[in-house]
Amino acid sequence: MDKQGSDRHLYEVLVEVRHKEKIADPEGNTIKKALSALGYDRVSRVSVGKAIRVQISADNETEALNQVDKMTQRLLANPVLENYSISVEESNSHA
Amino acid sequence: MSNKADIYKKLGLTDEEYKLIIGHLDREPNDLELAMFSVMWSEHCSYKSSKIHLKRLPTKGDKVLVGPGENAGVIDVGDNLAIALRIESHNHPSAIEPAQGAATGAGGILRDIFTMGARPIALLDPLYVGPLDQPRHRWHLEGIVRGISSYGNSVGVPTVGGEIHFDPCYGGNPLVNVACVGVLEKDKLVLGQASGVGNLAVLLGSTTGKDGIGGVSVLASASFDTNSNDTEKLPSVQVGDPYEEKRLIEACLELIDKRLVVGIQDLGGAGLTCATSETAARANLGMDVDISQVHLREINMSPIEIMTSESQERMLAIVTKENLELLFQIAKKWEIAASVIGKVTEPVESVGYLRIFDGFENEPLAVIPAKSLADEAPLYERPTTKPGQITTKDIVGLNFGSDGKRADLKPSYSLNSTDLKNDLLKMLIKPEWIYRQYDHQLFLNTLIGPGNGAAVLRLAAPGVKKTKKAISITTDGNPKWCAIDPFWGTYLTVVEALTNIAITGATTQAIINCLNFGNPENPEVMWQFSKSVDGLKTACEAFGLPVVGGNVSFYNSTNGVDIDPTPVIGAIGLHPDIAKLLKTKDRNTESYEYDFFVLNGPDITTDDTRFSLAGSKWATQLHNLQGGFLPEIDIDETRNFLIKVAEVVQNQDIGLVQIDDISEGGLISTVAKMLIRYSQHLQLNKLLDPKSDEITSGNIQKQVDYKLGIKIENNLSVNSLFSELPGRAVVQVLKNKSQLFKSCMDEQNIRCYFLGSSTKNTLEIGADISIDLVEAFEHYQSSLDSVMS
Amino acid sequence: MPNLIGIVVFPGTNCEFDVAEAVEAVGGNYRFIFHLDKELSDIDAVVIAGGFAHGDYLRPGAIARFSPIMESIEKFAEDGRPVIGICNGFQVLTEAGLLPGALQKNSNLTFLCEPTVLNIETNETPFTSKLSPGSKVKLFINHFSGNYTCNDQTLQELKSNNQIVLTYLNNPNGSTQNIAGICNATRNVVGLMPHPERAIDELLGSDDGLKFFKSLINL
Repeated sequence: MDKQGSDRHLYEVLVEVRHKEKIADPEGNTIKKALSALGYDRVSRVSVGKAIRVQISADNETEALNQVDKMTQRLLANPVLENYSISVEESNSHA
Repeated sequence: MSNKADIYKKLGLTDEEYKLIIGHLDREPNDLELAMFSVMWSEHCSYKSSKIHLKRLPTKGDKVLVGPGENAGVIDVGDNLAIALRIESHNHPSAIEPAQGAATGAGGILRDIFTMGARPIALLDPLYVGPLDQPRHRWHLEGIVRGISSYGNSVGVPTVGGEIHFDPCYGGNPLVNVACVGVLEKDKLVLGQASGVGNLAVLLGSTTGKDGIGGVSVLASASFDTNSNDTEKLPSVQVGDPYEEKRLIEACLELIDKRLVVGIQDLGGAGLTCATSETAARANLGMDVDISQVHLREINMSPIEIMTSESQERMLAIVTKENLELLFQIAKKWEIAASVIGKVTEPVESVGYLRIFDGFENEPLAVIPAKSLADEAPLYERPTTKPGQITTKDIVGLNFGSDGKRADLKPSYSLNSTDLKNDLLKMLIKPEWIYRQYDHQLFLNTLIGPGNGAAVLRLAAPGVKKTKKAISITTDGNPKWCAIDPFWGTYLTVVEALTNIAITGATTQAIINCLNFGNPENPEVMWQFSKSVDGLKTACEAFGLPVVGGNVSFYNSTNGVDIDPTPVIGAIGLHPDIAKLLKTKDRNTESYEYDFFVLNGPDITTDDTRFSLAGSKWATQLHNLQGGFLPEIDIDETRNFLIKVAEVVQNQDIGLVQIDDISEGGLISTVAKMLIRYSQHLQLNKLLDPKSDEITSGNIQKQVDYKLGIKIENNLSVNSLFSELPGRAVVQVLKNKSQLFKSCMDEQNIRCYFLGSSTKNTLEIGADISIDLVEAFEHYQSSLDSVMS
Repeated sequence: MPNLIGIVVFPGTNCEFDVAEAVEAVGGNYRFIFHLDKELSDIDAVVIAGGFAHGDYLRPGAIARFSPIMESIEKFAEDGRPVIGICNGFQVLTEAGLLPGALQKNSNLTFLCEPTVLNIETNETPFTSKLSPGSKVKLFINHFSGNYTCNDQTLQELKSNNQIVLTYLNNPNGSTQNIAGICNATRNVVGLMPHPERAIDELLGSDDGLKFFKSLINL
């Protein structure tokens, strides 16, 4: 498929950036209060983060995840405030 | 395809308009041409229902460099500097998606200003929403303020003023007006003209997407039914990108500063169709446009979509071939996309044609005389009918003038401390919850900021030589006056705006207006509109002022009920010397004593018939008393007052500490706000006092308990306390200079009535009324915050 | 000779003109440094001005820290020369790791533009050397993300090294320990959320900002 003949795939990788549990989360707390006002009183914690979808071509899934992990450490998440997790959502051989 | 009549009617064109199009083209239009006519001939772009009326407004003046009709009005302010200003509405987009609607409103008007070569230095946002006891109205206000805040702050233009009104008539259709002021060197003024045959048209900025397709004809011409599903209309809402706009501002100002463009125009309503036809029409030339060169956000966009898209943050620059490379360099520096999409062409038999191609090698897709799109929409003189008399309810034993004179709503309502306090507290709403979300200080120009009537800014901007002058700017509206009498209501609104300017020490130079009305096909609305324009014209002529710009927003209604007529009047004044501004900095001490006076108007201690309560907040909102006859001003005395008071406040030696105009809420509200504002100054000063070390945290407001109070000896009538008769002001004067101040007023022929003397912590009237100001202060501080949080 | 101040301009920066005016107000000289430049050899002190660098997209300061100029600024700071970050500039410095901690959204989740009263905690920095510890100043804040946040260890370090430069008298945004400004361990890199450049004239509501720029000019 690929013109260069290599075995590249297109991956869609989901980066979920989460507010660290120990760090005060004004946005999450405000939403929790609003939910409680609506009667959802069993909610014990709300945390607001970001979901970032990265489309990337790589030889295999491990390489795609490694690349996205590096870019998340450098740019996509702030280690003082945030944790993150990475997962491959889709892969497609038509790179 | 169904028949042509179905199509053009869906696009909002009438049979007669279709015939006119055939006349302009000498043939039937194709679909693209029809779409282009429909957007350009929409009410929003063509002003077809209002133009006949707007022609009555005075627009000429010594200082007017550019009047209505261009992207913005421009006035000469001396020192080789000019001010560009404009006001617009973004009502209907804000009703659907408040944050994006308000944000793109700010973005659009900024482009109108910097397209003239002016650096935008200030935004003002008059807002009208439904009462905040309903969640939907809070959602409107929260979103609108967030939109203005996120866009204005990020794009780097301070929002220095505005106003907020609450009324049920705006419940389904909030009004978001936005005014913008820019500063330019006079010789750098650029117009939106595509001059010079062979010159190139370059599209700058954001990509063109399907957002806002049909936005002009659908959004600006359909009234809202609160039962319909808003989400169905969402696709036509444009999304703003302040970061793109910030870079676009810097790139365009650099292009203009280096004189690399011969003309430039923003893309607003009707997108590329409007920008290309208007620039060509103004230059009496034609333009060929190649849509294959337009940078697109989506693939598979049709020519109609490309030509009518209202994607934000785009500009059309006209450049010579020689300067194209330099333009590309500047665009690259600011990371702005730039594509040559067209060229300026010779007229054919003196008609400049706008021709649309998909690749210049192909046959044109549309060939339309540019002027027929830009200038030759049909104008309508829609029928007008005077509405039936507004009925007046008598709920608290008020009796009304029956002699037909404008003297009315004379209540026999008796005053006591409790009722007066309750009424007063309802009128004290501090808009700080709104304006602290706006950067109102950027560029270090804001000498008097939001929350104080007119804003006062240094006449300065980055890249412009400094002056010692200042500009004073305000927007004002009083729809309750205009509902009763649109002629005098608009007239008095102009007086209120001029008073706001005058009491800062400035002299008004020009007027702008944003006329927000209901459905113009309703003859009663059209009557209101026509009368309002007449009131504006008469007031401007009485005070010798030109109208340099305006905007009309029709079809503001909810469930078929039109809004109160809401002309918003903007005024801009010039102050000769910032060193002569009235500032309270050295006078914030508890040890001084003060006297208070009321300037101009009838004697406050009398029951003068001119103190009408008709249309006042007290009558309409607190006591549900609609109708009556509006307060009446003495025009000659007011004219003298406005001129002289500006001189008086520049005088540093007569003990003047504070001045504020009497407007919404009447005399009593003005006095209460002055006392609160002064006490706030004291508080902040106390915090900075090195001796106040014990104040380290917690609620500081409660720890500084001194509040300036007032004792008014006379028993004042309800009319005197709550009438909103404009063209008057309250002053706070150092007691030991009080005689000097009074004699100065006498010399200037300004009527000056002693109101009362300072005291502590209470507002007292006569022997029986005493209001605790500590409570009023707390209420004022938190009124909007507690509702919105 | 007064110091030459380099004022950094990213696309989206908007306080550069105001900082320039403040530098001029105290008799200093300045040069704007566009983010694509790298040259700092003529510069005595760097100010990263406020605004919305790269639109504040992703997080304030997150993208700006990778602009070409930042590499030069990191070296400049390593050499012990003064680097000041005001508001967005403070956010850039924390993202770049030149200052510890991070600035998250204000606790009330709205933008705040208002006067604040601040305590001067230390004068042992190039931006506060002409101010007295324990004194109070009135400066304006103008931010959405000014809520200073760090872990306990960082906070202990800031305290024990006297790295807290400014604190709010009345905490407007939820900042840890009322922190409004900090410096690095070597004290040459300073970040603060309030805008001293907006307080350079009584007509603007305060002139307390002048002393900050006087400090920076006459090292």
